[in-house]
Amino acid sequence: MTDPVVLLRSVSAGYDGRLALRGVDLRVDAGEVLAVLGANGSGKSTLIKTVLGLLPVSSGEAELFGTPIGHFRERTRLGYVPQRSGASTGVPATVREVVATGRLALLGLRRPRAADRQAVDDALRTVGLADRARDSVSTLSGGQQQRVLIARALTCGPDLLVLDEPTAGVDHASQQALADTLSTLVGRGTTVVLVAHELGPMHPLITRALTMADGRVLHDGPPPEPDHLHVHDPEHAHPVHDDHPPPSPAWGLR
Amino acid sequence: MTNPLAFEFMRYALLSAFLVGLVAPAVGVFLVQRRLALMGDGIGHIALTGVALGFLLGTAPVLTAVVVATVGAVVIELVRQQGRTSGDVALALMFYGGIAGGVLLIGLAPGGTNANLLSYLFGSLTAVSPGDVVVISVLSVVLLVTVAVVGRQMFAVCHDEEYARVAGLHVRFLNLLLAVMAALTVTIAMRVVGLLLVSALMVVPVATAQQLVRGFRATVVLALGAGVLAAVSGVLGSFYADVAPGALIVVIALAGFGVATVVGVLVRRVRRTDSAHPAEGLALLSEEATAR
Repeated sequence: MTDPVVLLRSVSAGYDGRLALRGVDLRVDAGEVLAVLGANGSGKSTLIKTVLGLLPVSSGEAELFGTPIGHFRERTRLGYVPQRSGASTGVPATVREVVATGRLALLGLRRPRAADRQAVDDALRTVGLADRARDSVSTLSGGQQQRVLIARALTCGPDLLVLDEPTAGVDHASQQALADTLSTLVGRGTTVVLVAHELGPMHPLITRALTMADGRVLHDGPPPEPDHLHVHDPEHAHPVHDDHPPPSPAWGLR
Repeated sequence: MTNPLAFEFMRYALLSAFLVGLVAPAVGVFLVQRRLALMGDGIGHIALTGVALGFLLGTAPVLTAVVVATVGAVVIELVRQQGRTSGDVALALMFYGGIAGGVLLIGLAPGGTNANLLSYLFGSLTAVSPGDVVVISVLSVVLLVTVAVVGRQMFAVCHDEEYARVAGLHVRFLNLLLAVMAALTVTIAMRVVGLLLVSALMVVPVATAQQLVRGFRATVVLALGAGVLAAVSGVLGSFYADVAPGALIVVIALAGFGVATVVGVLVRRVRRTDSAHPAEGLALLSEEATAR
């Protein structure tokens, strides 16, 4: 029997003693594509930060690939795509330089060899940015920068890919490109956990959706139909519904 | 014209300037990347307390400066990691405490006057002793080797700390190491450039390189060149003009930044026009297609 990719048993976690996650149970098996939905402050980011080991568990048990998260060392099995804000800093870096940092989990202090450069090239091709490798990250569009961060997470060939709001602030065409990239990865058997406000073109890929509210799991099952996406989220502004005409039929119904 | 190399103190000063010109941008680039460009300044102020402590205790000021600056930099980094005080307030505390402590301690030192501090604040050609040259050379080599070994990891941490933690890098250690490296850089640079201006040599060459190139590695290589050029020519110039070398080094570095900015703007304009033409061509083609 293979271990579940993620296993949480009544896990609570939070910041400065304030719990943002209250007794969450979750099991994610290999090959699942899980969307975590919910309003701001519902605990969805806390959930993935806990899964990644960025936040300590204050009570309950949490395991990655059968190992308690605090002791998990096989970092190359984990691919993390943070929100895009981290993509540019005080000194310019090329697309390739940023993507290459993904390989450090494997490299340690050793210098990169041909196989490492090959892995970076492959990751760039997977996200369709091979021709932009030498450009500065800051010259890319929001959607392209998001794909740079995905490529970085792919360089070690992760079994689990965790994405935090990959579609936030990304135009519809780039969302489609993002969905295509994810589709390739899902086809290779990568397990995906992603946080989202709206699923958009990614909707057909999602096998399961978790809706969170107030640090608890409100609903766990098949992804909601696009029209009901925000049903548990009365406070959340509905940019797509409020600011634009109703979404085109292509929006997630394919 | 007098040959500066005929003087022993000038040979020491030039060697120090060359090494400092390499090390300061090599370490400073990570501070700039983390948007902590003023950290070198803060450490410089703390090092002043260390220098004054050396006068007070009658030991070599360079050694006490190394110790005090390192301790100060580590404390600041720990405060920052705890997240209780924001980075800029932590830096402000360093500025005030360092200067006040330095002036206070030098006043207590037997026969000490603030005039003693001046050569440390703005650098001095005649200040580099043979012992200083040994300390500067050894620390420079250690710092350059460290950057070569952990530079990749440091780049990842400064670029995206959260991602680096997920990748299993020792983020806390690397941040502390960077603070210590910054402190050592400040103390080896203080004899030639001076404590008040040392941070400029860590930041300005990096900013200069950024005007001209797109990648991190390219920025580092160009910044090292700009740093060495400014430091060495500043020391040579101050020999002839009889001014504080630190001031001249920084003025030259800033002039380099000005030139690089103009060149960068021109290059980008040329590139834009180059890439604009094919786009216009495409637009014309599609208009023709629509017309048919």
